[in-house]
Amino acid sequence: MSLTSLIFTLLVIGAAYFYLGQHWGRRQWALGSVNLHSLPKYYGFWTGLVATVPAILLLIILSLGDDFLFKSMLKQFYPLDVLDGDVVARAIAFTKVMNLVEGVRFGVPEPWVEAAASAWIGWQKLADLVIAAATIGCSLAAGIFAYRKISPAFRARNGVERIILWALIACSSIAIFTTIGIVLSVLFESIRFFKLIPFQDFIFGLEWNPQFEGAERAGSGGGTATYGMLPMFVGTFLISAVAITVAVPVGLFSAIYLAEYAGSRTRSVVKPLLEILAGVPTVVYGFFAALTVAPFVRAVGASLGIEVASESALAAGLVMGVMIIPFVSSLSDDVINAVPQSLRDAAYGLGSTKSEAIRKVVLPAALPGIVAAVILAVSRAIGETMIVVMAAGLAANLSFNPLDAVTTVTSQIVTILSGDQEFESAKTLSAFALALVLIIVTLALNFFALQVVKKYREQYD
Amino acid sequence: MTRSTDSGLLSPQEAAVRVAASLKKRGRSERRFRYLGIAAITLSILFLVLLFAGIFTKGIPGMFQHYVTLDVVLDKGRMDPQGDMSEASLYSGDARGLVNESLLIALGSPEGRKAKRAARSILSSGSASRLTEFTLKHPELIGENVAVKFAVDDDIDSFMRGFISRETPESDRRINDETIEFVDRLDQASLISYEFSDYLFTGSASRDAEIAGIKGALIGSIWTLGVCLLIAFPLGVATAVYLEEIAPKNRMTEIIEININNLAAVPSVVFGIMGLAIFILVFGLPRSIPLVGGIVLALMTLPTIIISSRAAIRAVPPSIRDAALGIGASKMQTILHHVIPPAMPGMLTGTIIGMAQALGETAPLLMIGMVAFIVDVPGGVTEPATALPVQIFMWADFAERMFIQKTSAAIIVLLAFLITMNAGAIILRKKLERRWQ
Repeated sequence: MSLTSLIFTLLVIGAAYFYLGQHWGRRQWALGSVNLHSLPKYYGFWTGLVATVPAILLLIILSLGDDFLFKSMLKQFYPLDVLDGDVVARAIAFTKVMNLVEGVRFGVPEPWVEAAASAWIGWQKLADLVIAAATIGCSLAAGIFAYRKISPAFRARNGVERIILWALIACSSIAIFTTIGIVLSVLFESIRFFKLIPFQDFIFGLEWNPQFEGAERAGSGGGTATYGMLPMFVGTFLISAVAITVAVPVGLFSAIYLAEYAGSRTRSVVKPLLEILAGVPTVVYGFFAALTVAPFVRAVGASLGIEVASESALAAGLVMGVMIIPFVSSLSDDVINAVPQSLRDAAYGLGSTKSEAIRKVVLPAALPGIVAAVILAVSRAIGETMIVVMAAGLAANLSFNPLDAVTTVTSQIVTILSGDQEFESAKTLSAFALALVLIIVTLALNFFALQVVKKYREQYD
Repeated sequence: MTRSTDSGLLSPQEAAVRVAASLKKRGRSERRFRYLGIAAITLSILFLVLLFAGIFTKGIPGMFQHYVTLDVVLDKGRMDPQGDMSEASLYSGDARGLVNESLLIALGSPEGRKAKRAARSILSSGSASRLTEFTLKHPELIGENVAVKFAVDDDIDSFMRGFISRETPESDRRINDETIEFVDRLDQASLISYEFSDYLFTGSASRDAEIAGIKGALIGSIWTLGVCLLIAFPLGVATAVYLEEIAPKNRMTEIIEININNLAAVPSVVFGIMGLAIFILVFGLPRSIPLVGGIVLALMTLPTIIISSRAAIRAVPPSIRDAALGIGASKMQTILHHVIPPAMPGMLTGTIIGMAQALGETAPLLMIGMVAFIVDVPGGVTEPATALPVQIFMWADFAERMFIQKTSAAIIVLLAFLITMNAGAIILRKKLERRWQ
């Protein structure tokens, strides 16, 4: 029984119980002799929900859990050398079996692989039957339980409302589980990475050369794989610095003009235009950076007699800066608008011009918010991926010159993890360690921005 | 009266003189400040115009391509070797031979292997299957002489657009002199036409630029967004309702709120890593499927939907709740019947904006393997697929001139979707939003 038809069956059972419950309620009404606690539809919802919700939860748990069970059961088929071998050997053995299960054959498989694969297929069939029987049985039994519980005095509405409340709480906790999932998934792999590569070599290493790993393992020499993240950190910093140099002045002055000078008509035209800039997908910016801006920067450099790398940090940073402009301007706009009019009026009353009022009164009052906006923009720049993947290249140069080609944390993560990965290699794991650094830095920046706003915000009124 | 006072303050006259002297400078600095603001806005809009101009000048031509119209005799014996007009039979037939023969006839039957090879290189490699598809669509025309349009090879297309110059020495050119002569001959017989590309929307991923299209990627995006919507909308609305209407002010609620803010701050690529580690490595779901892509994008857009839904719920005045409670509705009935319905337009607006964000997102999909080269159009959420922005990313890497234009055309399609969605959100907000007096 396929998953969709099983879910459909469960929903049909639920609908049937809903009808039963509601019908019961209506009949009580029609008899007219009893005082029902709730409206008939609540009796329907009660029986229907009790019949479906636990069954569907059971279905989710069982269908996620069966693979784990099979994996541990598969161990009895592994030959001794695999069982004694490391994680890699076991992973390769598992992949062999899985390939055969999916019907992919490379040459003649070993006999134990054949046996394991046919056993797996048998378990799978059995598990499908067991899951279908268990969930449908659970649904029917729960429905009967609910139906037998209802009586005129039974508080069906309260029951239904309790179920809804728990559903709402469960939905809200998804945010927590997602955060935990992100942290754990990155943390576990990072710990495995740091078992292979010492922590200080990663943090303070000056060279990043994961591509030599395969050669090293094969013993063909060439070079050693090194995992020092400083070149990428510097590259990220460099591109973000260029982006911030573009975005902060332009964004801030746009915000000041829109908030203080522009009439409502200019505002109504310019604000949506800036928002379009924020809505353009990053892959489009990346395409634009690689195809138009990078050659342009190179050509300008050549005409000035300066050597510019074809994938320079400057080009990627410029385009990233453009992407962040609306972010800076809309946040700053909000902050400037939040400064009370009385402060401006007081400045005008003392004879200051508009720009003096802005520079000496409004901006200092709005400063914490503006600083927070800039920090958030930096965090956005550090986490930005597509522009740097498409326009910044992969050369891990330790350089502070924006005309050089550099690489960033995010573009290395994408390069390592997109496409085929070697299992259990330090190279694959290094992407998770980089992601851990990325998460820590962005969350720290956001926390910092929040603290700035909290600590230095002036409370007016 | 022109002396300074004892306390060091200026006398009114002195002050007036000083102020008058400084007025010009202050006025200048005022104007300068204002111009800086105008310059900043002009600069941002200039960037926007440059971006769109760059995309459109390449993308509009990318929606068109060159075709050759050839008279082909649909010889029954060769098109349909098994004689039952089935798909398998037609695809095993000799459509390629028929196309090549009619091309040679149109060129005045050149002799020699080299000339024939030059002639064959004019047509796209997808020409044979195009003839087969044509026959499948019009089985009644078999045995007759029909005029069919075939796409030209991408190098020939670039030549027709003038990107490959005749003046370049033959050895540096991607097409040789003989081919150019043949193309000229076809052009003089006005057999070559420049038309809207029917491969763009109906073709799938291909290494050949002239027959590559976005159909597979577009369908993949639709599946992914469907999953994303089904997960993110209920979750987002439920979370917003709980936090705004029910949640007690305690530690747990605070933790939920902090987590939502954190999720909004986490870079999108990290969501992809989580999808890879949890759904693919731990739960063993296959790579490249819209189901995983949709879940990852849903978790990513969740904060957007929650924040806008909360704002929409907060905009419902408390008097509505009091009225409902006052006539005996329970807390849950008040929420379900009197808070959520009026807040719905705001929630939907936020959801559409979140979906637009998800549609343009690329990095997380790269992490879960939706970057594979997939020719088939995905038929469901568990079949390997790619998405529109990922297709753009892949095409941007190809070196062929024609791919640059196709990529820009695909970007125009993507932008058109995004603009439609955002405009829809604005219209929805304007139309359905209730003004509470």
